Amino acid sequence: MSDPKKTSLYHAHIRHGGKVVDYSGWALPVQYEGITAEHEAVRNNAGLFDVSHMGEVEVKGKQATDYIQNLITNDISAMNDNQIIYSLMCYPNGGIVDDLLVYKYTDNYYMLVINAGNVDKDVQWMKDNIGSYDMELVDISPDVSEVALQGPKAEEILQGLTDTNLSEIAFFYFKKDVEIAGKNCLVSRTGYTGEDGFEIYMEHEDAEYLWDKILEAGKDKGARPAGLGSRDTLRFEANLPLYGNEFSPEITPLEAGFGMFVKLNKSNFIGKEALAQQKSEGLKRKIVGFEMLGPGVPRHGYDVLSNGKRIGFVTTGYNSPTLKKNIGLAMVDIEYSELDTPIEIQIRKNVVKAKVVARKFYTKHYKK
Amino acid sequence: METKKDLLYSNDHEWVRVEGEKAYIGITDFAQHSLGEIVYVELPEVGDDLNAGDVFGVIESVKAASDSYLPVSGKVLEVNEALSDSPQLINEDPYGSWIVLVELSGKSDLDDLMNAQEYEEFCSKED
Repeated sequence: MSDPKKTSLYHAHIRHGGKVVDYSGWALPVQYEGITAEHEAVRNNAGLFDVSHMGEVEVKGKQATDYIQNLITNDISAMNDNQIIYSLMCYPNGGIVDDLLVYKYTDNYYMLVINAGNVDKDVQWMKDNIGSYDMELVDISPDVSEVALQGPKAEEILQGLTDTNLSEIAFFYFKKDVEIAGKNCLVSRTGYTGEDGFEIYMEHEDAEYLWDKILEAGKDKGARPAGLGSRDTLRFEANLPLYGNEFSPEITPLEAGFGMFVKLNKSNFIGKEALAQQKSEGLKRKIVGFEMLGPGVPRHGYDVLSNGKRIGFVTTGYNSPTLKKNIGLAMVDIEYSELDTPIEIQIRKNVVKAKVVARKFYTKHYKK
Repeated sequence: METKKDLLYSNDHEWVRVEGEKAYIGITDFAQHSLGEIVYVELPEVGDDLNAGDVFGVIESVKAASDSYLPVSGKVLEVNEALSDSPQLINEDPYGSWIVLVELSGKSDLDDLMNAQEYEEFCSKED
């Protein structure tokens, strides 16, 4: 294994006492003082995350729109300039390549934001599918630093550092050339926590300066740096999927419960035929929420049983910091997917009772 | 990091308090700190006969489940049931929150353990 790459904020993480781990080839903090405290800061005040590991790919050219329409499952035809949509990208068999955000500058110019661990695979996949489209792809991942300021006080904190009226940036919209503390940034009202907040893209050389400025501005409002640990518990409670857990090449968006981002009525796209067929035949399995009835914390990868027979696997599980309950998401055979169905989770040598519950563990607090 | 003079310590960051033929066992301040907030402790069964090096419990933090290894051989006499409802006691008071009480199979296992000073030196290299 080669040494993990460092983001521009590596030294800031060390200064703040971050416990740095190797995540998808990046040296990033799993936590600073504690996952629960960081989780609660985001739910109640604000947390600042380094998300510079995310990948960014620009798509430019006359047929940029057509190219992306073919590549992804969601429909970008009605997007406004400066709007963002969430989508999946699938293989011809309907399995998931990755999930992504599509930022639209103009009809001829987009930015796709993809998962860190998938950058090489995704860029190759995008290249393989250029065909005769008149456009070009530029992987700008190495040139961009990104932070996410998330939580109910995010807007108030960031507003103190800019003359741009942030209330004019609507949910899933962005604005470029926003000056934050005198530095040029692209700001979007997006995130991965279930709270209001922003994702801020900047030059590497400005990253540590802005990190410190934002934390300083948020200090007396309860803001704190937050690591990957709370990023995962926050996204999980809000039923936001993670590639490698809820998504994989073996799982389709329909099985994962994200069919609303698959537009089968748009013109052809990769995976359409397989997904349309799966929809018409009916699902054989799907991801459900569950709650433990006996003791133990369910974890990613644990087996799900019914009367001792394996019927699925846990995709994510936690002792939820907000709900203080042991809950999870699991892929189960379709006959066990009804609410209140009794199931069992294999926790090491113990078979522990659980039941299927709604996936909406936590109601998102977006500012729309 | 805090240690207690009257305890013995293992490489796996368990502490042992010997009382005659019995020993109370828990995890150290260093261990609870590196695990973070503890949300669940899986305890062994009373009566289990375990060897030194066996897993006697599983400690779950928000992030992950970690095995705890018994530093001495013995039979489990008691488990600390208070940890079932309040696992965070280990964070609050690691040396006051024993996990199991065992009847020692022999005293030779104790020779492999460290005293407080040796353990502090051991931890300074781990950090």
